[in-house]
Amino acid sequence: MSKYLLIESRDPFEAKCFSQRCELALALLGESTGVTVFLVENAVLGARAGAKAHGLERLAKAGVQLLADEFALRERGIHELAPHVTAAPLDSLVGELASGAKTLWN
Amino acid sequence: MSLTFLLMDAPYEQARTSTAFRIVDAALRRKVGVRVFAYEGAVSLAMSGQKPHANAVHGRTLEEEAHPTPHAWVSALNELARENGVSFDWVNCGLCVDERGANEVVPCSRRGSPADFWKMNLESANTLVIPTR
Repeated sequence: MSKYLLIESRDPFEAKCFSQRCELALALLGESTGVTVFLVENAVLGARAGAKAHGLERLAKAGVQLLADEFALRERGIHELAPHVTAAPLDSLVGELASGAKTLWN
Repeated sequence: MSLTFLLMDAPYEQARTSTAFRIVDAALRRKVGVRVFAYEGAVSLAMSGQKPHANAVHGRTLEEEAHPTPHAWVSALNELARENGVSFDWVNCGLCVDERGANEVVPCSRRGSPADFWKMNLESANTLVIPTR
């Protein structure tokens, strides 16, 4: 199975390109491809419980795995996450890289 | 196994730099070798002349402030790689170094060219480019 790893660093409420990244993730997703979106830095602001980040919800419903850097969450005082996002250490991002996932940073 | 990273941001500017260092740190702790190609402003990360400073505004001494310097992080990553028995190769783009006069760098880094990045890419399990904006 081909795997894609999209690392998102921008605040989804500020960056106009965020919706384009969501479109890209959905386009890459298929029967034989898996997609993980890893939120780092200000992108984790979209992972807060109650945040109206509809793009992320759409991705989760489609089957995209959504992970958020636990360090970035702590830095920003985010303790409660939206149900479709899982906190993860950067070690898991390295694991995806080491497994050969095709990776893009935004 | 090794991973290659291309960094472009100058020190003290962007969160991307500290995130990149954290990813490299996580890789080395997994015992995955790391190759870094520092391009454009990122060649200044390894400059050995960086100095920590006190914080007069907050009344903190040099020791209390414990201001981090990126060249110390580069050296610390090299040391971590040595402790874990994995490779660590930090290459600064020579043209970018010359443009910035960033010649004095920590000993665990070396001068190279974009051709080195191409070779790193070929020899690594994966490559992550962290572009500037």
